[in-house]
Formats: sequence, structure tokens, C-alpha cells
Amino acid sequence: MTLVSGWGRFPVVDSEVLRPRSFEAVGEAVVTGSVAGGNGRAYGDAAIGAVRTIGMTGFDRVRSFDPATGRIRLEAGVLLSDLIDTFGPRGFLPFVVPGTRFVSVGGAIAADVHGKNHHGEGGFGRYVDSILLRTGQGETIEISREQNSDAFFATVGGMGLTGIILEATMRLRPVETGWIRERVISASDLDAAMRALEAGDSATYSVAWIDCVARGNDLGRSLIYLGEHARTDELSEGADRFPVGKNPGLAVPIDLPSMTLNRISIRAFNELYYRMGARRAGGDHVVSLYPYFFPLDSIADWNRIYGRRGFLQHQCVIPQASARAVLGDILDRVAKRGDASFLAVLKKLGHGDGLLSFPLPGYTLALDFPVKGDILNFLDEIDRLVVAAGGRLYLAKDARQSRATFEAGYPALARFNAIRKSLDPAQNIRSKLSQRLFDEV
Amino acid sequence: MTSRKTVLVLGGSSDIGRAAARAFAKAGYDVGLAGRDAAALEPDAADLRARYNIEVSTRTFDVLDTASFDGFVAGLPALPDVVVSIIGLLGVQPNAESDLAHATTIMRSNYEGPSLILGLFAEKFLSRGNGTIVGVSSVAGDRGRASNYVYGSAKAGFSAFLSGLRARASRGGVHVVTVKPGFVRTKMTEGMKLIGPLTVDAPVVGDAILNAVEKKADVVYVSGKWRLVMLIIKTLPEAVFKKLKF
Ligand SMILES: Cc1cc2nc3c(=O)[nH]c(=O)nc-3n(C[C@H](O)[C@H](O)[C@H](O)COP(=O)(O)OP(=O)(O)OC[C@H]3O[C@@H](n4cnc5c(N)ncnc54)[C@H](O)[C@@H]3O)c2cc1C
Repeated sequence: MTLVSGWGRFPVVDSEVLRPRSFEAVGEAVVTGSVAGGNGRAYGDAAIGAVRTIGMTGFDRVRSFDPATGRIRLEAGVLLSDLIDTFGPRGFLPFVVPGTRFVSVGGAIAADVHGKNHHGEGGFGRYVDSILLRTGQGETIEISREQNSDAFFATVGGMGLTGIILEATMRLRPVETGWIRERVISASDLDAAMRALEAGDSATYSVAWIDCVARGNDLGRSLIYLGEHARTDELSEGADRFPVGKNPGLAVPIDLPSMTLNRISIRAFNELYYRMGARRAGGDHVVSLYPYFFPLDSIADWNRIYGRRGFLQHQCVIPQASARAVLGDILDRVAKRGDASFLAVLKKLGHGDGLLSFPLPGYTLALDFPVKGDILNFLDEIDRLVVAAGGRLYLAKDARQSRATFEAGYPALARFNAIRKSLDPAQNIRSKLSQRLFDEV
Repeated sequence: MTSRKTVLVLGGSSDIGRAAARAFAKAGYDVGLAGRDAAALEPDAADLRARYNIEVSTRTFDVLDTASFDGFVAGLPALPDVVVSIIGLLGVQPNAESDLAHATTIMRSNYEGPSLILGLFAEKFLSRGNGTIVGVSSVAGDRGRASNYVYGSAKAGFSAFLSGLRARASRGGVHVVTVKPGFVRTKMTEGMKLIGPLTVDAPVVGDAILNAVEKKADVVYVSGKWRLVMLIIKTLPEAVFKKLKF
């Protein structure tokens, strides 16, 4: 047994970690209480097996690629960073990327990750045509929208609980360049931010960074980043068609004492960030895809900023109708506490595809909190607002929600469980998250 | 016919072999992968073709079957520009202390086989007048340690072979590179206690090999820290060294 944790470094739990080298060995590795692990970017306990975690990043081969259509077949451990570096210069990018490029294809399917284009183009799963799945019962099956479609829609967004994704076939997006034409809009409060996001509906990419320390009239003040793929003729003279993605240089070498993160430093940071962004607001400019999509990736191990006790991300989605009121209420409570994240992220989502996919039409807000004091109680309080509004929490970020919150947020759970049972009657596949939220006790 | 350069990777299915093949493929080389089981190399060959749109071939090569070496080299459709040997076997030192067969396999896998096959390529390259030979040796060959001297001594022999070959071949336009990776996170070292700051991932070694070839380096420590560490270890007096536990 080894002590392991997710990206948020909370909770820290026991699970044996195994790295099989062949698909046969993956099958043999499954015992009761196993789940697949990708690149460990889920914050909480989703990627930790109840008993054993089967690490999949060693499976990093591309099987085939068709440059005419952008269709690619690959093993589940291939990282999106690898895909971008390899196929970007050939004119193809993943259709959907989350806020870090260091996630595996398996992890991106299992969480049906959303990017800054979810409002218009949907989630990662939408571009997946088929999946080779090793079920908990020991079968290896090909699943798609047409074939074993129940299993397919349970696997997309299913947090690894339908089995182990071995391979997938998906479509890549043809692009002319690796640059994004960005427009920054500054919004002085929440209403303005939401108006800007609504207006940005027609943009391919949109996201807002909220200053969650600002209170009163400034509540919800934010910077909205709209983006389009830049064409070759929009690049400045002499620019490479595809920029180089640097490996994270600066690493956070030690756990910073959580002192570093206090009301004053957070407030100062947010003030500075907002002002600097506001100055760039206005016209379009062209930026490399790396800082546009993955602003945090330039600092390796940034999760250590939050200190040894780790941190929690709280990401909820609130249906469109009640979004304004509920988000205002949440932001107000967070601002009053003053110890929330450096930055909060607000974005519009569309329909999710999988039975347990997180997105639903509305607004998602993501906040980081260091683990300390009464934070768990405070988040329970926020959860009540989310549940009352018909919203839900993102499982890939969750480490602490209650069963009741989860069940209220995911009405397709019963159907998901039925499919899971048919694929794996003995429920061999179990994660710490499923033990906490799903499995009968 | 392509005008692209070609690399032949011996030991193509190892983690470092795969990484080296990817580094060369990315740089535009056509790649040959050789290993004990050619069919088992097919998925890696397909990976390289799909990623880099290059020619990749696979063939069988067993480093212990020295009798097959002449035929192996003669059977190549064309002599590659670069040949890289990643072949090695860590073995289990305590077993090798009493099991002569195991000790022999370690010695042959790390010294005899790699030296003979690279020596053979050197002859061909010398008659052609160009070529690059890369031997992946080990820092373990810089000084024998109590915990792995069977492996270390074989690597020491291999390093010495490469350095002699380099001296001779350089006069004939053929370049020889010795790569000493240090600790690498691979299936060979899985479960071993490695010292974090001195440990690298296989792709770092792959890039270092390509870089050494392109820059015509002679002896490369993949992580610069190792050069210093081994300098210290090499200069410790034997009286002190034998008391150290490692
Ligand atoms: C800085 C940062 C920014 C992020 N931004 C976003 C964002 O914008 N949008 C978003 O949606 N998410 C975001 N995330 C979350 C991240 O995209 C997801 O957690 C993703 O699932 C992580 O993938 P991974 O490969 O690291 O998988 P892990 O974290 O290792 O696993 C995640 C889940 O996938 C399952 N899984 C992994 N591999 C397999 C497999 N082969 N077969 C079956 N199941 C598997 C695991 O069991 C687990 O349930 C962000 C995370 C970070 C750290």
C-alpha cells in the first residue's frame, strides 16, 4: 500500500499503485476495488482505486492517424500535451482541452472534460467515436454511439467506473496555426461579466477570470477572454506557424507554508491581475495557444503553493435560469471570507453527453480553497445553494461532497448504476470516490 | 527512395529504445527497430509512422546470439546512418554471485553482445567512410560497487570498448558516442529506490542521444549532475570506498 492523493493533495489515502505493461496485464491487475488512473490531474479521490490503482500513462502509443480526416486511434495513456506537440505542427489539435494539457486521453474521456468551447462545441466525449473498454467483469469490448451505446454513454464522463479505457478513436480539429486570436473584455461586476459571456456565445472560446476577493459594487468583477483559432494570414510577420510549448520550467520545489496565502497576498494578487488585464482589454491580439489554454502549466507542481495540507477545488454548475442570483450569493459569501483562491473561473456550459457528464446548460464557477479551518462546513453551505438551484458539482474536482448533494445533482445516476452493474456485476471497479458517493455500504 | 537519414535502434522495445526512436523520428529520420521479437515491435513502429509520417521497419535481433550477427548486418536492406544500442540487462546481483549462468547472461548482454555488434557496424561504416555509433552504457561502469558489480563491470568493459573504438574510428570519419544515463525511470528500475534529483524519464535520455549524435559529442552523462557524482566516486581512495555502503 502506498499513500496517494489527487492533484489537490487532499485526501491522502492508501491504495496500491500498479503499472501494467500490456493490455493482458491490465486485465490481470483488476481485483475487487480497482480503478484506472491517468495523469493524476483529478483533484480529489476519483483516480484512486479503493484497493488498487492501475496506472495507464505507460500506454502512450498512437495506433493510426489519418491526416485527411484527423481521425486518430490511440492508447488511453497518451497525454494531450503529447498530441498537441506531435500533431499541432501537422495542423491538428484536440477539439477540447481542459485548463491543463497534462491529462491523459483516458482521463479526459472518463471526466468528459470541458474546455473554453463547451457552450458551442460540447465536451471531450463528443469527438470520441469509439472506445476499447476492459470491463470489470473481464471482457474487452469496443463501444460507440452505435455499438454498446449504453456502455459508451456511461463511460464518457463515467469517472472510470465502467472499466478501464484501453484505446479510443477520436477526431482532431484541423487548424491553420497554433495561435489564438484573443480579445480581453473587462467587466466591472457580475452582471457585466455574465452579459459579456452571453455576448461571447458566438465566440469559439470564452472564459472569465473572476476576482473573488472584490466585494460590494465590485462583486464579480472579472476579465473575459474570448478566443478564435488564428489563420495563417493573421500571424505577425516571421512568426512560426506553430509555437513551441515549453516544458514547465519553474517548479515549486517545496510545500510553501500556508502563511504565504493569506487575505493580503490574495487581495494584492487579484488587484494586480485585474488591473493588468484591464489594460490589455479592447482590441484583438494573437497569443500562443499555450498561455491561452493552459495558463497554470508554466509553473510545475503549482499545487504545492497551497502547502502540505492541500487544497480543495469547488466547481459547481448552476442552470441558466437561477445562475445570476445563486452565483451572486456564492461569490458574496466567498468574498466575505476572503480566503478563497487567487482566481476563480466562470464559464458558460452547454449540454453534457455522458450520463454522469458534469456540464449542463448554465454557468460553472470554480474556486480553490486551502484546506484549513472550517472550510468543509463552509463548502457544505455552498452546496446547499447549488442543490437548491438544481446544480451539481464536478466529480473530477470533488473530494468532499456528500452523497445527498451528489444524488440530487445527477438524476441519471440510477441508469448509470444499472449499466455499471451489467458490465461488472461484482463491482470490481471501485474508486475511493465511488465508495464515498455511489457504492452501497 | 527517400533522402532521409536512417537510424537503427537495437533494443527498440525498451523504454529508452522507444524514447530514442521517437526522438530520431521526430527529427525526421526513418527508423529501424530491432529486438528479440520483431512482431512485438510492431505497435511501436505503427506509433512512429502515425506520429511522424516516416518509414519504420522492424527486425529480430538477439544480443546473446552472436553467431547471427554477421547475417543480421548483411541482411539489412541498407546500412543505416546511425546505429544505437540500448541493450542491457540489470540482472539480480545477489543471484549472479552464485549462479554462474545468470552472471554470464548479464556479462554477455551488457558487454559481449553490444560490443561485437557495434564493432561489426563500425567496420561497415569505416569502409563506407561515415556513420555514427551510439552505445548506451552506464554510470555503473565508472566504478564497481558492492551492490551491482557484475552489471557494472560489464558496462565498464563496454565503455572501454567504445572509447577505444572511438579513437580508432574517428580517423575514418566514423563517430562513436558513449551515453551514460544514470538513474532512469523505466520498467527496468521500477520498484527500485532512485534518488529523485538524479533521476530522469526515458524521453530525456532519448533526446540526449539524438542531441549527442547531432552535436558529435563523445561521452554524455544525461544529467550533468552525474558527471560530478561519478568524478567524486571515482576519485575516492579504495580504502574509503570499500567501507561505503552502496
Ligand atoms: C490545472 C488544472 C486545470 C483543469 N482544468 C479543467 C477544465 O478546464 N475542464 C475540465 O473538465 N477539467 C479540468 N481539470 C480536471 C482534469 O481535466 C480532469 O481531472 C481529468 O480527468 C484529468 O485527467 P488525468 O489523465 O490526469 O486523469 P486522473 O486524474 O488520473 O483520473 C481522472 C479520472 O479518469 C479516470 N481514468 C483515467 N484514465 C482512465 C482510463 N484509462 N480508463 C478509465 N478511466 C480512466 C480515473 O479513474 C478518474 O476517475 C483541470 C485540472 C487541473 C489540475
